[in-house]
Amino acid sequence: MSPITLTEDAASARVDLHNLAALVEAGSRVLDVGCGDGSLLRLLAEKRGVDARGIELSQSGVNECVAKGLSVIQGDADTDLVYYPDASFDYVILSQTLQAMRKPRDVIDHMLRIGRRAIVSFPNFGHWKIRLQILTTGRMPVTENLAYSWYETPNIHFCTINDFIDLCDEMGAQIEYASALDRFGMPVETRLPRLFWNLFGEQAVFVLSRKI
Amino acid sequence: MTHGAATQSDRRNEAIDPSSAVVRFGADAPLALEGGGTLGPWAIAYQTYGTLNADRSNAILLCHALTGDQHVANENPVTGKPGWWETMVGPGKPFDTERFFIICSNVLGSCLGTTGPASINPDTGQAYALDFPVVTIRDMVNAQARLVDHFGIDTLFCVAGGSMGGMQVLEWAATYPQRVFAAMPIATAAKHTAQNIAFHEVGRQAVMADPDWRKGRYLEAGTRPEKGLAVARMAAHITYLSEQALHRKFGRNFQDRSAPTFSFDADFEVESYLRYQGRSFVERFDANSYLFLTRAMDYFDLAKDHGGVLARAFQNAKTRFCVVSFTSDWLFPTRDSRAIVHALNAAGASVSFVEIETDKGHDAFLLDVPELFKTTRGFIDSAARARGLPASGDSAL
Repeated sequence: MSPITLTEDAASARVDLHNLAALVEAGSRVLDVGCGDGSLLRLLAEKRGVDARGIELSQSGVNECVAKGLSVIQGDADTDLVYYPDASFDYVILSQTLQAMRKPRDVIDHMLRIGRRAIVSFPNFGHWKIRLQILTTGRMPVTENLAYSWYETPNIHFCTINDFIDLCDEMGAQIEYASALDRFGMPVETRLPRLFWNLFGEQAVFVLSRKI
Repeated sequence: MTHGAATQSDRRNEAIDPSSAVVRFGADAPLALEGGGTLGPWAIAYQTYGTLNADRSNAILLCHALTGDQHVANENPVTGKPGWWETMVGPGKPFDTERFFIICSNVLGSCLGTTGPASINPDTGQAYALDFPVVTIRDMVNAQARLVDHFGIDTLFCVAGGSMGGMQVLEWAATYPQRVFAAMPIATAAKHTAQNIAFHEVGRQAVMADPDWRKGRYLEAGTRPEKGLAVARMAAHITYLSEQALHRKFGRNFQDRSAPTFSFDADFEVESYLRYQGRSFVERFDANSYLFLTRAMDYFDLAKDHGGVLARAFQNAKTRFCVVSFTSDWLFPTRDSRAIVHALNAAGASVSFVEIETDKGHDAFLLDVPELFKTTRGFIDSAARARGLPASGDSAL
């Protein structure tokens, strides 16, 4: 086997990807749902020695991934997760894609079925800027991270950190780790109570498992 | 002698005494057939490109489609045309002949030197014709495995092919999982559908309805079912294209005229094109081979061979797969490829899947489709790295 060298792409990967990657045990099996151009997968494969697989909806994304040598299939998370057997991965990751799912709850359900753990990151709709925009303008918020107008946004199922925690309770999912991130993907002060996370976190990351 | 007869004798030479290299197996080394019985003596004709490395780990087996042959990347001895995959195979190309040892053999039942219905039946001294056993995709693959053995190759670095070639790729991965490091089935399916079988039956009936077919004994009779085989090819050719591609190429354009002739001449360009396709096909292909090879495809149903569950065909597969389909292919549509992908997922296999946007129909796998080259290059290079073989543009990646 040739030694694995870290490519420039992986070295300069975004901070939030590094933070996600740090949650994954080295050498494990990972499925990245909605893997885009494969940046996270590649980072996981090269830095963490992970057996990394992906699903991506767009042809251009899949082609980029395959050209990078990643095992990625063209598919739709809303319909295709059903084809994966139970407990076939250590982690199933859904990075910044939850809000674009037609049935987010079903997707999380499948993630917990397919993986030992599910890692979900999403933009927090409870952030104070968003609350302030609705309060002051009376219009659907448009922010740097959520740059679409309401009529053309692919993000059809926004939630807040509190909403997500409620859903986890309802689904019987165990929250093994949670973190709120600022706009740069850096963790918000973790000693603050969760009330503050929901105000100051632009994004959130949760590691879930099924309650036994 | 007519011109057609002269070509026929050329083709017979390629069937019996091919210009390709041949490995011959005597009656003491017969090929066991899926339908029962054995075939022997038998021969397999092949071409190779590039050099086999010292540890014999850089071999790629390319599997040709229904009417293809072993002449992947050299001038075809029958047609004088370039090889059928020169876009993909050559120095610096996705299947890089400077790094890999490329093997392509003529499939069992075909007519370019591997034993088929045009070969001489040792029992009669005449062509087998319909006495040739009905062979299957698995038989073709078993024959190829004997050729791979002949080279002393234990594990193929990659097996790749489109359409019927893709069926062979899947069969290789299912039958010889330890011998296939990477597999690339393109524009194919794990089984032939009712519609696929229906189109093949039209083709076979066209051949058999031609009085010159003589119940398959046309070689001795000195005839040739040209009309029947041409009609078969014309019908099949439509299935290889897409409605959009036909429209783009021909529309309702007239052929060398500005108005309809109110006759049954080939008024339209598309008619003239199909007639040409039919005519040129009969110059190069044996009618009985067409019957046998279409039959082999019809019988292909990989799941059926594994208790009806396709995933079982790939259980514990270590092979890495790259499945490719084309948006406008209605003969082997994307859903057929998805069925393969879902089975591979269920089996926990490493699989990539790309659906390539093109209006070129099923034939896209043979044509200049840059996305296919890009996908193949990416897949082959990453597999090469995993296998410890040199990859092209390691730094450019």
